[in-house]
Amino acid sequence: MTTAEHLIKGASLPDGKKADISIFNGVIASVGSELKGDAKNVIDAKDCVVLPGLVDLHTHLREPGREDAETVLSGSRAGVKGGFTAVSAMANTSPVADTAGVVEQVYRLGQEAGLLDVFPIGAVTQGLKGEALSEIGAMADSVARVRVFSDDGNCVSDPLVMRRALEYIKKFGGVIAQHAQDPRMTIGSQMNEGEISARLGLKGWPAVAEEAIIARDVLLADHVQSRLHICHLTTAGGVEIIRWAKARGIDVTAEVTPHHLLLTDDLASSYDPVYKVNPPLRTEADVHALREALADGTIDIVATDHAPHPTESKECEWQEAAFGMLGLETALSIVQKTMVDSGLMNWSQVADRMSIAPARIGGYENHGQPIVVGSVANLVVINPTQKWTVDRDLVLSKSSNTPYHGHVLPGVITHTFFKGAATYSNGTITSVGDK
Amino acid sequence: MSVALSAQDITRALTRISHEILEKNQGSANIVLLGIPTRGAHLATRISSIIASIEGSEVPTGTLDITLFRDDLRMRPPRAIMPTKIPTSGIEGKDVILVDDVLFSGRTIRAALDALGEIGRPRAVQLAALVDRGHRELPIKADFIGKNLPTSKSQSVRVLLSEIDGRDEVTIEEGAEL
Amino acid sequence: MRHLLSIADLNKSEAISILDTATELARVSDGAVKKLPTLRGRTIVNLFAEDSTRTRISFEAAAKRLSADVINFSAKGSSVSKGESLKDTAMTLQAMGADAVVIRHSASGAAQRLADSQWMSGSVINAGDGTHEHPSQALLDAFTIRKHLGMGASDLAGLNVAIVGDILHSRVARSNVLLLAMLGAKVTLVAPPTLLPVGIQNWPATVSYDFDSEIPHVDVVMMLRVQQERMSDLFFPNAREYSRYFGLNGERMASMKSGAIVMHPGPMNRGLEISAEVADSARSVITEQVTNGVSVRMAILYVLLAGGALEVGSN
Repeated sequence: MTTAEHLIKGASLPDGKKADISIFNGVIASVGSELKGDAKNVIDAKDCVVLPGLVDLHTHLREPGREDAETVLSGSRAGVKGGFTAVSAMANTSPVADTAGVVEQVYRLGQEAGLLDVFPIGAVTQGLKGEALSEIGAMADSVARVRVFSDDGNCVSDPLVMRRALEYIKKFGGVIAQHAQDPRMTIGSQMNEGEISARLGLKGWPAVAEEAIIARDVLLADHVQSRLHICHLTTAGGVEIIRWAKARGIDVTAEVTPHHLLLTDDLASSYDPVYKVNPPLRTEADVHALREALADGTIDIVATDHAPHPTESKECEWQEAAFGMLGLETALSIVQKTMVDSGLMNWSQVADRMSIAPARIGGYENHGQPIVVGSVANLVVINPTQKWTVDRDLVLSKSSNTPYHGHVLPGVITHTFFKGAATYSNGTITSVGDK
Repeated sequence: MSVALSAQDITRALTRISHEILEKNQGSANIVLLGIPTRGAHLATRISSIIASIEGSEVPTGTLDITLFRDDLRMRPPRAIMPTKIPTSGIEGKDVILVDDVLFSGRTIRAALDALGEIGRPRAVQLAALVDRGHRELPIKADFIGKNLPTSKSQSVRVLLSEIDGRDEVTIEEGAEL
Repeated sequence: MRHLLSIADLNKSEAISILDTATELARVSDGAVKKLPTLRGRTIVNLFAEDSTRTRISFEAAAKRLSADVINFSAKGSSVSKGESLKDTAMTLQAMGADAVVIRHSASGAAQRLADSQWMSGSVINAGDGTHEHPSQALLDAFTIRKHLGMGASDLAGLNVAIVGDILHSRVARSNVLLLAMLGAKVTLVAPPTLLPVGIQNWPATVSYDFDSEIPHVDVVMMLRVQQERMSDLFFPNAREYSRYFGLNGERMASMKSGAIVMHPGPMNRGLEISAEVADSARSVITEQVTNGVSVRMAILYVLLAGGALEVGSN
């Protein structure tokens, strides 16, 4: 037997069966119990679960333009620590990723970092202004081969523009990922509109401003027979609309962030802007509806909406602070805590929601593959029995705006493999060069 | 715990103080009695009625709360402020007689002098105390004393008055005052 | 370290203690004693990042009557207006040795951010943060009500108060609802539906859109200022319609209970939410509110700064 590069011994596969997995030449060489043969690197994965490498369909890498908050490299490092082998980089950079030039730049930066696949997302409209379509075709045909288009950060609020975009991307096999937020109803909004906002004197961001856009867009997608993806779903009402749309056969998918599976709007009572995010944290009832929907598949995927911000953007009054939270390094632990440990999902479903389904929606063929011989070796090994404490001073992201500082979370990621190379081993990032 | 003054002792002491006040001030024409709350205020009221029964005329009587003028505010939780009622005839040019229950370090009286200074300019200020227990920290002396009680600093003096405590009594107890 | 960021920081007996202290301090101020040495040697900074002459002067007078040193840091022309962050401003004040900061700011939660941060030590007193709270205003309003209608009671049990106007954007309303309910009063909020927050259902107050039906039953009518800008933001069609339904004019005043009073935190929009006739009438205690403000603010400064932890009860 050829000497494998890595041999993962005694782990559980997503379906629960125990197996050894050997990796050679970038692919899974063998899967079975008690594999014989040598390996350069043997990993005792006794209490661990092996999942296909995680795929994040919603990340903000901030480069080009806001390298003070994050770069493609630092974001990649944060990603591999979180078990990701692919991230989709949102287009709200500076300059905006609305041309082949910018998406190719981001793509190249990802390749140079070499830690995971960076798939640039292209803007739907020029400059994210919501008026004129960007060069969708040029971006699709570029080296970056963009298939996901989003103005995230902004909503494509003009119904005519959204209609045209949904129609146009059909030529390129694309999908529009909508950040659902009616701009007129949310001018100056700071947090979820409800009891807490009434007491705190912070301008409310009502659920209906999200739901009204979702309702409109699923109907549009149906009318023009196109593919729609709803970013960061946050309300029980939105879940109902997606359920209704899917029941009618509308081609819509939806994502939820880890923080919306756990955190609620009462956290704003401290006025600490680490909890300020767009769309905002909602109520307990919304959190429950989102968890149920993720479990039953109404919500297709978990996507982090990793949004790094420099310290000065969060160390100020709430209304001055930027919206957004880090997410890459804690995503899998939060999903384990809220969905697996609570009994709502098993690991096989986690593999689907965090790898298989996002890879499918984005069209990322090398990701979300089954853990069988011949598959590309994009894998993550996690020990669900161990716990770790989040320390914002130790995150790999350039920024430290994590809402979980001090929290003890379940699930320690021990290894991440990208194309057969260990990018993350027991706390250290190893570059692709050293196998 | 020992009883230093019984109810009868207190009554006699106040009567004697009232006579001494009239003697020193040659009558009651120019005096104003200001009691320092809580118990000093009640004592001032008693002295005032005793004087009224001797002289046949009312003496202007009021209260002077000195909380805001204390020099030891930061050492304890903030105290509630008690009422200050200066008689309508004021204190300008008057002979003010401060009345307190226990004279100890003298700081309360120092604060009372500051408080008076903010209100006006009396012709003179005198001090009547039911008990002088010594251990002065400032050069303050009483003009009229009910009883001198030698005490050690590790003891405390408790004054009970029927208006508040249901009976009249002065006791010395082990354990220093706060 | 003790702060006053919200009425919720006080319990009922602490609130009453502040009112009682203010009562004595008012007597002191009314009488011959105009200055007390109580806070001598302390430095109080007025950090007013939002314009307000009235509140700032009130806190300044309160601090000076207690012999504290006052440093004013106000919006215009200061580094705050030039974009210096709250953090840097706070650290500068700390370097100057501020024992307390009285902060007025346009951002809700700014006072709490200051208090929770490590940027400075010292007491933080919220003089109005965005649309969140204005605790000293509520305390002086309760003081005024108690003085006129309290009948010797320590609290406001049994009194009916109507708060009328732009509740949605009013920090005065939020603080007053909390304090009046805490002191036993019954509160009714009167406003057009657009100016009432969503999520108000658990507030200790009832809601009415009909001013005329509430007026004859209340002991206090507290009018709130309505800003002209609200019209362009579609909260109501125009000033005429607002005044017609929610303005306190002579006719509405005539239907008030005997002995009922009219209040306003100021500044007033004479002719919009309150007519000149009402503002100048015998029922109006509006100017007295300003006077009471100084005594109440002296009480707040005394309670927060003079000693250690707040002691309930007498010595």
